[in-house]
Amino acid sequence: MIAAVRARAAAWWRVARLPVLAIVLALVIAAGIIVLSSVYTGLGFFPLLPLYAYGNLAAGAFGSAVAINNTLVAAAPLMLGGLAIGLGFRAGLFNIGVAGQFLAGAFAAAVVGSSLAGAPPLLAVPAALLAGGLAGTVLGFVPGFLKARTGAHEVVTTIMLNNATALLLAWAVSDLVRAPGFTFPRTGDIGSAALPVLLGRNLHLGIPLAFAAVFAIRFLLDRTTLGFEIRTVGANPNAARYAGIPPLVIVPLTMSLSGLLAGLAGSVQMLGVIGFYASGISASVGFDSIAVALLGRSDPIGIMFAAILFGAFRAGAPLMQITTSVPVEIIDIIQALIILFLAADLIVRRVFRVRGPRLEVEGAQTVTRTWGKESVA
Amino acid sequence: MDLLLIPRLILELVLYLATVVPDLLPIIVSLATPLALGALCGVLNERSGVVNIGIEGTMLAAAFTGYLTGFALHANTGPAVAIVAGVAVAIGTGALIGLLHAWLCVTVRADQIIAGTIVNIGALGLTAYFNRLIISPSGLGGAGVIPPILFGLGPIALSMLALVGLLQFLLFRSRWGLRTRAVGEHPKAADTVGIDVFRQRYQNVIAGCALAGLAGAYLTLESTGSFQNGMTNGRGFIALAAMIFGRWTPIGAFGGALLFGAFTALGVIVRVRPAPGELGDLLAAIPSFWYAALPYLVTVVILAGVVGRAIPPAADGIPYEKEARA
Repeated sequence: MIAAVRARAAAWWRVARLPVLAIVLALVIAAGIIVLSSVYTGLGFFPLLPLYAYGNLAAGAFGSAVAINNTLVAAAPLMLGGLAIGLGFRAGLFNIGVAGQFLAGAFAAAVVGSSLAGAPPLLAVPAALLAGGLAGTVLGFVPGFLKARTGAHEVVTTIMLNNATALLLAWAVSDLVRAPGFTFPRTGDIGSAALPVLLGRNLHLGIPLAFAAVFAIRFLLDRTTLGFEIRTVGANPNAARYAGIPPLVIVPLTMSLSGLLAGLAGSVQMLGVIGFYASGISASVGFDSIAVALLGRSDPIGIMFAAILFGAFRAGAPLMQITTSVPVEIIDIIQALIILFLAADLIVRRVFRVRGPRLEVEGAQTVTRTWGKESVA
Repeated sequence: MDLLLIPRLILELVLYLATVVPDLLPIIVSLATPLALGALCGVLNERSGVVNIGIEGTMLAAAFTGYLTGFALHANTGPAVAIVAGVAVAIGTGALIGLLHAWLCVTVRADQIIAGTIVNIGALGLTAYFNRLIISPSGLGGAGVIPPILFGLGPIALSMLALVGLLQFLLFRSRWGLRTRAVGEHPKAADTVGIDVFRQRYQNVIAGCALAGLAGAYLTLESTGSFQNGMTNGRGFIALAAMIFGRWTPIGAFGGALLFGAFTALGVIVRVRPAPGELGDLLAAIPSFWYAALPYLVTVVILAGVVGRAIPPAADGIPYEKEARA
C-alpha cells in the first residue's frame, strides 16, 4: 500500500519536477529583482522585501475563503485561454490571438447579454455565452484559414488581428452599441445574463464550466479521431497528409476550436466578473494564457494546475502591491522567467542536479518549422 | 450616374493621394523608421537561420532603458549628452537581449518561437514594473526629443535610410553577407568549409537586435519624448510582416515598412489635408478608429497575399547541431 503510494508519487514527480523547479527558480530570481528595486519602493534597501511580498501574495491568493474564491475566479478564464493556446500547440499552431478573441468574446457576450437583460436567465445566460464563443470562433477561423490556404503565419496574423479587434471594438462601443445614460462609452447592464453565483460572493458558474472544458479537451485529444488527427498534424504535417489527414481542414478547425475556447474565456469573464464592455478592459488573459499553456506543456491537466497557479498570482498581486509597494507587474516578470527556465531547462538541471529527458512542448517545433513556409494545402 | 460613382471616387482617391503623399513623405518615413529598423533586425536574424519574434519586446525594452537614461541624465548633463547616452544605452540593451536570444536559439537549441515569446513577455513585464517604480512617481519629466536635422527627419530616421543601403550591399556583396546567407541556407555545408556557424549566428542576432534597440530609441527619444507601457503596439510584428513582404532583403523590407507607414499616415493625412468634394465627405465620415485599425488589417491581407511565393532561408528556425545527421 505504502509502496504503491510511493510509486505513484514518484511517477507524478517525474512529470512535474521540471515545471515545479522552474517555478521555484523563477521566484528566486524575481526575489533578486525585488531586492534590487527595493530602494525605489520608499522602504529603502530592504533584503527581506521578497519575503513580505511573497507572503502577501500568498495571503491574497489563499489566505481566506474569499481569497481562495478570488483565485478560482481569476483561474477560470486562464484555464479556458490556456486550453485555447495548448490545443493550438498540439496541432503545431501558436494562437497568440487569444487576447483579441477574448475581447471579441467579452464584447459579444456583453452585447447579447445586455439585450437579453430582462429575459429569463435560462435563456439569457446560454445565449450570451454562445455569442461570446461564436465571436471567438470566427476570429480564430480567419488566421487558421489564411495559414492553411496561403501560409500566412498565425503568429503575425493573430497579433495584427488583436490590435485591429481592440480598435474596432473601441469604435463599436463608442458608436454602434453605446448604452445611453453613462458618462463614458460602455454597453448596457447584462442583468439576468449574469452567471449565477454558486458560493460566497463571487464564485460563479464559469468556474465549473472551465474545469469541465479541461476534461472535454482531454477527452477530445486522447479519445477521439479528431484529437488524434490534430496531434498528428502537430507532430508532422507532411506525414499527416500522407496518412490521409488533411491539414487544410485540421488547421482552420483547430484554430476555430481554439478561438471558441478563447471567446468562452472572454464571455465567462464578462458575464461572471466585469458585467459590461468598455474600451480598455484588460486583455492580459491573452498573454497569461501563453505562460499557462507552456507551463502546463499543452496538456489539459497541466494547464488546469498552471491556470490555478497564475490565477493565484493575479488574485494575490493587488494585496502585495498595496502592502509592500512591489508592483503587480512582477507577476509578468515571473511568468517570463518560468517560460525561460522551461525553454532552457538545462539551467534547472544544473542548479537542481536533475536527470531525465528534455522538456518539449508537443507541436511547438512545428510552429517554428512552418515559419514563412508556404501553405499546408 | 450612381454606377459611375464608385469608379469616380476611386479615381479621385488616387489623384488625391498622388497630390498629398509627396508633401507628407517625411511623416511616412518617420512612421516607417521603427518598422524598417525592426525589419532589418529580422533580416539579419533570419538570413543567418534564427527566427526572432522577440523584436517587439526588444524594441520596447530598449525604448524604456534609452528613455530612462535620458531621463536620469537630463538635469545634470544637459539634453545633448543625455540623448546620446540614451541612444547608446538603447542599442546596448538591444544587443544584450540579442545575446540572450542567440544563447537560447543557438546554444540551448530552445524552440525559437518560444524564445521570442520570453523576450516579449519579459520586456512587457520589466518595463511596466520599473515604469511604475521609477518614472511614474517622479511626475512627468521629459528626456528631451532629438530635433529633425534634414528634410524634417531626425538622425535616427536618416541613419535608418543609410543602414538600409549599407546592409543591402553588405548582405549580397561582402564576405560577411555570403557567410551569413550560407549559414542560413545550409549550415552543414558552411560548417564543412570552415565557417563557424554558431559564431556567425551569434553575431547576426546580436547586431540585428542592436538595430531593434535603435528602433526603440527612436520611439522614445526621437519620436515622442515619453514612455508608455506597451508603446511598441505591435510594431515589432508589423516589422516581421515587412520583412516577409520584402522577401528577406533590406531594400524590400524598407519598401514594406514604407507601405505600412503610408497606411498609418492615412488617418493623419485626411485630417491635415482634407480631400475636396464628395470624396472628402466620405473620408471624413470614416471613424478614426477605422484608420487606426487599417495598417493591422493591411498587414494581414498583404501577408496572406505574399507568403508562399516568398521563400525564407532554408535553415530558418532550425537549430544547428554539429554531429546531427543532415
